[in-house]
This record gives sequence, structure tokens and C-alpha cells, in this order.
Amino acid sequence: MKVTFPHMGNSYIAIKALLKGLKLEVVVPPPISNKTYELGVKNSPEFACLPLKLNMGNFIEALDQGADTIVMAGGWGPCRFGYYAQVERDILRDLGYDFDIYILESPDSKLTELILQLKDLGQNVSLAEALKALRFAWIKLKAVEQMEKKLEYYLPRSLDKDKTEKIYEKSLKDIDDANNKREINQILKSSIKQIESIECTNDKILKVGLIGEIYTILEPASNVNIVKTLGRLGVEITRSTYLTDWINDHILGGYIKKSNHKNIIKCAKPYVNYWVGGHGRETIGYAVHFAKQKYDGLIQIGPLTCMPEIVAQSILGKVGEEKEIPHMTIYFDEQSGSAGINTRLEAFVDMIQRNDSFVLKEDAKSEILSWS
Amino acid sequence: MIKVGIPRGLFYFYYYPLWKTFFENLGAEVVTSSETNNKIVSQGIDIAVDETCFPVKVYYGHVNQLCNENIDYIFIPRIVSVELRSYICPKFMGIPDMIRASFNNLPYVIDITIDLSRNNKELKKEIIKVGQLFTSNKKAINNAYQNAIIEQKRFNQISKEGYTLDEAIKLWEGLKIKLNTKNDLKIGVFGHGYSIYDQAISMNIINKLREMECQAYIPEMLDKKIIEKEASTLPKRVFWTIGRKMVGGALHMDKRTDIDGIIYVSCFGCGPDSIVGEVIERKVKNKPFMLITVDEHTGEAGLVTRLEAFCDMLRRRKSNNESNISAHG
Ligand code: SF4
Repeated sequence: MKVTFPHMGNSYIAIKALLKGLKLEVVVPPPISNKTYELGVKNSPEFACLPLKLNMGNFIEALDQGADTIVMAGGWGPCRFGYYAQVERDILRDLGYDFDIYILESPDSKLTELILQLKDLGQNVSLAEALKALRFAWIKLKAVEQMEKKLEYYLPRSLDKDKTEKIYEKSLKDIDDANNKREINQILKSSIKQIESIECTNDKILKVGLIGEIYTILEPASNVNIVKTLGRLGVEITRSTYLTDWINDHILGGYIKKSNHKNIIKCAKPYVNYWVGGHGRETIGYAVHFAKQKYDGLIQIGPLTCMPEIVAQSILGKVGEEKEIPHMTIYFDEQSGSAGINTRLEAFVDMIQRNDSFVLKEDAKSEILSWS
Repeated sequence: MIKVGIPRGLFYFYYYPLWKTFFENLGAEVVTSSETNNKIVSQGIDIAVDETCFPVKVYYGHVNQLCNENIDYIFIPRIVSVELRSYICPKFMGIPDMIRASFNNLPYVIDITIDLSRNNKELKKEIIKVGQLFTSNKKAINNAYQNAIIEQKRFNQISKEGYTLDEAIKLWEGLKIKLNTKNDLKIGVFGHGYSIYDQAISMNIINKLREMECQAYIPEMLDKKIIEKEASTLPKRVFWTIGRKMVGGALHMDKRTDIDGIIYVSCFGCGPDSIVGEVIERKVKNKPFMLITVDEHTGEAGLVTRLEAFCDMLRRRKSNNESNISAHG
């Protein structure tokens, strides 16, 4: 049995560790490329959203490399994601692929069920072994995320951006290869030291909150690598979604660490007063949260036609107006060329920069007045 | 008299009789926006965000028209779920919030939340909350709601007879409508009710078919049990209420000898449609199938051509089949 799964950012590092811990042979799909896009678009319903199409591309490439089993998450709506696996399975079978598919139907249900499903998936693994695999995957996930955060912080500041990115990429590869916790800790320690030792600018750094749909936020190949693009423009990004938080909030019931989720839901009021599926309510909650923390701007991203994000987008204008924070919304589909989007990002950064210096001037003025 | 405005879009097509009766029983006057027209469409398009689906844009247009009328309340319910473990669409869950954020001359919004996805414990509370805007007498509120349910059932009965939901509402209100019964083709027509029965959104597709001497066979004519039975043959339950109705209905019609073809009207930018349309297209194996995608730019002429071509094809097929049968029989 050779198992594969869809990409979503760097999560493949943790998923691979988990599946290996379940004594499975793993085929990680090749990183998302133009070819992935082509295959996915060609073989998906025309109006499906981008994540489904990229999943399809991942699966086809992995099956072509010998995978014979797909692991995929499910869900119970109202977002389309819950029905992806059904459609994907039927299309792949019609294409003539022979494979098994395991659909983990539990993102919103109980952890114990999930663990049992995973144990079943494994090749003769005991419960203890399954738990051990999960724990190790979690450690890798945390390590990866720590590096992602370092990149978000240091890329806009560092004077040698290529080097910063290189250290980051290398650290991911090393974490992926690491065999135990001790190795991971060493990698983290030395990578962080290296990244922190690069010389930084003294300029004021603009801060932008990246809000929106989870897949688009986590998968750089679906968002023209927005974190790096903005980082290179000197903008520090804080995302609304970090995978460990998401797992903690939605699968572990806030068990592992303190959760900010309740606060975010509170922040969404009175703009969004009920669950609207996906991350629509969180998008608005984080918009308010970032505005309160005096961020310079907000960028909302999602796949084109994403329903919960359209709900949020319809409300974001009002939030922006009342909380006085500039914002923009970008939807991605297979036609989003990076050139066009880069131009829009540059224009946005330009705008918030001017906005920011304007505020500074106002401050300076009041200072002069109070001195006189 | 207190006036309650009900926009003629989205849930209107499914539940108008219920809410109209409820409000009238509580002593209110119910005002609706006019049937969708160009002005409503263009204003909706102006106000709503570009990326939203056509029916929601049209709904914005209806709300806008009501804002300029002298009403005390506007009724914009949040319909999360009307049955266990199912939803309509995230936009139905967010619509009162979306509307509030987009208009600044709104009358007081009555935004009852209907969420039966887990249980119906909250429903009663919500109904009483709305009723209390008009009376403090809980018994009167309860009576109004019971009457409303009776009227809704009467309406559902009418809609079983081959009338579109739009027509069924008119009949329920006492108007007379006579359907042209001269037809030689029977075509299953599917799509969200607020799209296919809104004459502007669907460009009157049902009547166009009737003019081409086709009977439009719509899912409202089918028994719920039949629909659920067919829908349950899928490996995973479709968790959109209307979507499941479409899938079950289409699968059922696919097997029926009296149905000549199936049309699915999908809205550009509609999330559930992009999946449901695909599922139906894959599963309908025995009948000719046509997927029509409509949006605010769809031209009427193009639609007519496609419908005519489809009907021609069905007629040719039918006469071939018949001559085949007679040749052997
Ligand atoms: S179901 Fe489709 S058409 Fe209806 S509101 Fe949702 S996205 Fe729009």
C-alpha cells in the first residue's frame, strides 16, 4: 500500500511523518507546479473552486508515481469542501485510476474517532504506536510553523532577503528529514540563530493582517506566494490561520494550548452574528482584531466563488470604514497570473505607506503644537 | 398599521405564504417588492460585491426597493438549516449581516435565525421573539404560527400540481392561472427555486419551454420520499437541502420512461451548483442532459437557441425510438 494525500502548504512534512509512523509507505505529491495546475484544471468541474482543482492535480501526479491509496479529509458542509472527496474519487475512477480512498470524516467531530480512524489506516499498528506517530507529527508541525513565523518576521526586515529565504527553506528540508525530537530541536536552534544573525533594517515595518480561507492562506502555490512577495516589499504578515491553532481549536477542543478563538468570534460581532460556514466569521473577527492592534492594513484572500469569504467580503467594507483600516480582497483561480496580482499588492502597499506617513505627520504636528 | 416588507428573492419563493400569514395574523400589513425587473437587477449589481452570485445580487436589488418604501420592518431571516444535518448555503447564513453592512437606510431588520441542523429547540424561541414585536400575547403568536403552517401546507399542495413556486404563490393568493397543457415533450427542470422560478434570473425558462410545447417537470411535483430514496443511493449524503432535492429528483427522472430529457439551470458563481451540477451530470445516464449556466450577462437569444436545439434533438430521438419500437413490434 502506497499512500498519498493532498498538499496544503508545509503540512506535508507533518502528514508524511504521521503516515510513516503508521508504518505506511508514503508518496508525497510533487510540489504544486504549472503541470499540477494544468492537470487539475483539465480534470475538474469548471466552476469548482481552486483547492479542489489543485487536489486533483496532486492526486493525479501522485497516482502516476505509483501511489495506490488516497487519504483525504471530509466534512459536513455547508462549505463545498465536505463533498470534494466524493467528486474527486468519481472523476479519478472515470479516468481509469485504480486506488483506494480513505476519507477522514471528522474535522469537526471527536479526536478519539480520528485516532481510531488513523489506527485503522495503519499497517498493524497498536494504539500506542498510533499515538506516538501523532505526537511526532505534531512536533514537526510546530517546528515548521515556528520557522514560518520567523520568516514572516525577518523577511521584511532582513537586508539579505535571499539568504533569509534560503535558511528557511533549508530548515524545512531538515525538519522533514529529522528522525526524532532531539534532531528537530537542534535544527530549530541553529536555523533561528542563523536567521537572527542577518543584518536588519531600522526602517519602520508595515504590518498587514492576512485573513481569509484556510487553504489559500496556507498554500503558497495557490496565492502567488503572498507572504514572501509582501515580505520582499518590506511588509510583515500575520496570518489569521496557523495550522496548529486550527487543529487546537477545531479538533482538540482547545485542549493543548490557550485558544484565541472565542475572542475572535466576539470580535466579529456585531458584523457577523452567526456561523456562516468555512472561515467567514473568523475572517471578520480577525479583521477587527488586527484593526484593534493598529495593523496598517488587511488583505483578504480566498478561492474565487468561495461562499463564506464572499459573505465576509460583503461585510469587510463596513469594518474597514468603521475601524479605519485599509483593506483589499483578492480571489485566486487558475487564471490569476502573478504579474497582475503583484501589481495590485504593490499598489496596496504604496497606499498604506502613504496613509502611514500621513498619520505620522499628524502626530508630529500635534507634538510641535504641544511644545509651542 | 405596522408594515413589514418582504423582499421578493431567495427564501421568498419557498416560504412566502408561511411568513405572510404569520405577520398578517399578528395584525401587520405585508409589503413585497415588485417582480424582478431591470432596475432591481441593476441596483442589486451596483450594491452587492462583484463576486457574489446572481440571485444574491438580485436580492440586494429587492431590499433596495423596499428601503425606499414606507415600511416599519424588513424581514430578512437567517436561514441556516431547515432540516437535520443540512444547510442551504453559507450566503443564506450570512445574508442579514451582509445586508446590514451594505445599506445605511434600512428599516429595522427582523432577522430570525432558523437553524434546525441539530434540533429545533431554538425555533420556538425565535418565533416568539419575532411575534413579540407585534404583541405580548404568546398565545396569539402561537396561533399565528399554527395558521401560518396550515397556509404553507396549502401552498405546498398547490405547487405539487406542476405550477412553478412563483405561480403557486399567486394561486395561493387567489389569482387564477391556466397552464397550456398541449405538449409532446416532458423535460425535468432543476435549479435553485429562486433562480428558475424568478423570471428575470432564469429568463423565464419554464415558460419558454412551455411555449415550445414542452411540459416542464419540476422537483416540487415529486414526493419527498421518492427524492430522499434516490438521493440516498449516493455514497455520501448531499448536505445542501436544495442540492439533495435536485440530485434525488434528477436520479428519479433519469429512470422514468415518460421523461424525455433533463435540464439543470446553474447560477454562475454558485458554490453548491458547481458540485451538484457535476454530480447530476455524472449520474444521469439514460436521458439527454443539458447544463445551462446563467448570470447577469446571459443573452436571451442564446438561451432560446439552446432550448430549441435541445427540444429538436429530443423530438428526433423520440420519433426514432418510436419507429424502432414499431419496426419490432
Ligand atoms: S446556493 Fe448558490 S445561488 Fe444560492 S445563494 Fe448560495 S451561492 Fe448563491
